[in-house]
Amino acid sequence: MTPTLHLWLIPILPLAGAAINGLFGKRFSRRSVAAIALTFCGAAFAMAIWIAARFSSLSLPHVESFPRWLLEQGLGTWIRSGTFSVDYSFALDQLSLVMLLIVTGVGFLIHVYSVGYMWEEGGYYRFFSFLNLFMFFMLTLVLASNYLLMFVGWEGVGLASYLLIGFFFLRDSAAAAGKKAFIVNRIGDFGFLIALFLMIRHFNSLDFSQVFNTILQNSQQFPIEKSGAGVLTAIALLLLLGACGKSAQIPLYVWLPDAMEGPTPVSALIHAATMVTAGVYMIARSHVIFERAPSALMVVAIIGTLTAFFAATIGIAQTDIKKVLAYSTVSQLGYMFLACGVAAFSAGIFHLMTHAFFKGLLFLAAGSVIHAVGGEQDMRKMGGLRKHIPWTFWTMTIATLAIAGIPPFAGFFSKDEILWRAYQASWIYWLVGVVTAFLTSFYMFRLWFMTFFGEYRGAAASPVHEEHASDSRRGVSPPHGHGHGGVHESPPIMLVPLVTLALLSFVGGWIGVPGSLGGENHFDKFLGPVFRSATPNINTGNAQPGEVVPPERTTEGAEPKTGHSTEIIFTGISVGAGLLGLFLAWLLYIRSPQLPDRIAGSIHGLYSAVAHKYWIDELYAWLFVKPLIAISGTVFWRGIDQGVIDATLNGSADGARELSDEVRHMQSGNVRSYAAWVAVGATAVIAYMVWVGLRTP
Amino acid sequence: MNNLVPLSYYLVLSAILFACGVTGFLIKRNIITIFMSIELMLNGVNLSFVAFAAHWQKLSGHVFVFFVMVVAAAEAAVGLAIIIALFRTRETLNIDQVNLLKL
Repeated sequence: MTPTLHLWLIPILPLAGAAINGLFGKRFSRRSVAAIALTFCGAAFAMAIWIAARFSSLSLPHVESFPRWLLEQGLGTWIRSGTFSVDYSFALDQLSLVMLLIVTGVGFLIHVYSVGYMWEEGGYYRFFSFLNLFMFFMLTLVLASNYLLMFVGWEGVGLASYLLIGFFFLRDSAAAAGKKAFIVNRIGDFGFLIALFLMIRHFNSLDFSQVFNTILQNSQQFPIEKSGAGVLTAIALLLLLGACGKSAQIPLYVWLPDAMEGPTPVSALIHAATMVTAGVYMIARSHVIFERAPSALMVVAIIGTLTAFFAATIGIAQTDIKKVLAYSTVSQLGYMFLACGVAAFSAGIFHLMTHAFFKGLLFLAAGSVIHAVGGEQDMRKMGGLRKHIPWTFWTMTIATLAIAGIPPFAGFFSKDEILWRAYQASWIYWLVGVVTAFLTSFYMFRLWFMTFFGEYRGAAASPVHEEHASDSRRGVSPPHGHGHGGVHESPPIMLVPLVTLALLSFVGGWIGVPGSLGGENHFDKFLGPVFRSATPNINTGNAQPGEVVPPERTTEGAEPKTGHSTEIIFTGISVGAGLLGLFLAWLLYIRSPQLPDRIAGSIHGLYSAVAHKYWIDELYAWLFVKPLIAISGTVFWRGIDQGVIDATLNGSADGARELSDEVRHMQSGNVRSYAAWVAVGATAVIAYMVWVGLRTP
Repeated sequence: MNNLVPLSYYLVLSAILFACGVTGFLIKRNIITIFMSIELMLNGVNLSFVAFAAHWQKLSGHVFVFFVMVVAAAEAAVGLAIIIALFRTRETLNIDQVNLLKL
């Protein structure tokens, strides 16, 4: 008998916060809105830590539903249809514990940061209500014990993302970006949903452990689909489509850069640290399916590699500080997909974790920069901020070093592990990965140099500004709490999360130091049971060891015996790539700042392709959006809606009116004409009766 | 006794009376005349009722006739009262000038 952990409380707590702030927040002061949001989010974080502390005493995976008094209200079972049923239940294992800690921990820090960042914006309560709502859905997604509940969280985070991208809804671009994110995600969700239907069809269950046990125990029915694609490949590819939508991979990545229209804490929380990694989590969670579909796994790796590379090249030519980070996020998510695609799931989750730290930090620091320069996001109008905002500068430096893969920062270990595992799968993955690492380092240090070094290039040549530009741009006029007398450091409530995340970005990788560098790779060992074993049958526990056929592959965590020296050489190469990127950025943006323009001029075609994001948005607009709008306008709207549906309704109404128009003349007010009509009617009735009488003999 | 006058004679007379009533109702303009046409129609029907009652040796036809006479009496009382009220307000008995009730 395992202890009761009340897992259900973890998602419910932020939901309560969202409900309180959403329903009554308008009457609360900003201080109490922030207190409510932080309390409920912090309570979820505290519960996550409490669970982590008791984790070793649990038998895994630990499945829980609602407590008995809620079960008695009939809450336990959601759907029951014949032998198929779906429960409201939550599962905890190593993987979901890691995700739980990331989501609640980083989420809580970003909540704290938002208190300061959003202080002067309108709709304060709305913002925190949405943010708590997001936490609810994300925690549902992470803790769900079946695919359907996961899908609920999956859709819910999409909703929260839509609401928060469009938070400044008075701006058309923000509203459009929200819609774009929502619609592009629908395409992915379509794939996810079809995958669920296939699972119901073939496994008669959506429960993680039941689905995986069915696959593991019926290896004749569900073999490793090496040649030719079967059910598992289909399910895996459809799940991948869903993951591509949520995690912004090619071809569905286009929504994420636009999503930067949302407030910066939202970009940090939803569009960098947590929600966009849901796709990686889902693939890692479904590893049993993916491992039996090698071709699908290869597609995952190829998509990841391509996305990592292309997004990184686009990131080079962006001038908006948040857009650079957005493409960087897409690129780093590509790394995670690459890791999953070469069946290095724990490496992918490791990078997911470190990425949550350093990318969350990068966005928060970028928000601090934007805050400091009064809402300006164009890096060309920044510069020399190092002296003015030292805290932001130093935290951002740590994050930049982490993402560039410079040891001993967090990103180095996770990226290095992915590259090493990718090399074992194919040298092409590795090569593209290393080039991407170089590009990543280059564009990150470009951002770093452009923002913090050189001379300030903002308005009026001196770092003074009168108005909080973001406020006027966003069309709201919040009260000015404190003066904006120039470039200024953010308040402590924003700096504390920055420093905490900087610390995590620094040490976060140390739990996964690979064997080649004298480490133990604790992280890999910790996650090992999830990915290595056939998931134990928790329902009956009668699975015979002999029945379970382990997949034929190098198991997770088992370091191949190719020798550590090779691995160290590769580590050196990837660090070298990072340093080369740093050097090149220094050369181009510090040493000779006029050089970038000259280079851009000399390779004008390529540069403009990159700067315009390869015209992918335009291509999609031309290929899908415009035809769809045209078809909608002509066929669906004018043709079907107006031509058929409206025409039927209006036609019947018009017909009735015209008929009535004619018939109403009968009501002349002339009594004798009424009498005549009565006579005509009576005659007709008699004629009918006579006719009937004559017909029946 | 029963066969002195055939049923059809009664029915033809009844139809003639009813047709006279209908014609009068349709072509006359004076309300009093129309009113009397209605009475004529009712009595035409009454005649056919009693004729059938006598023919089939059933009492229900007679009962119907009594009902019709009661209704006719009530109708005469109410109808004449309406006609008097109408004449007081419109000062005419021409039915074609009483045509306010129209769309």
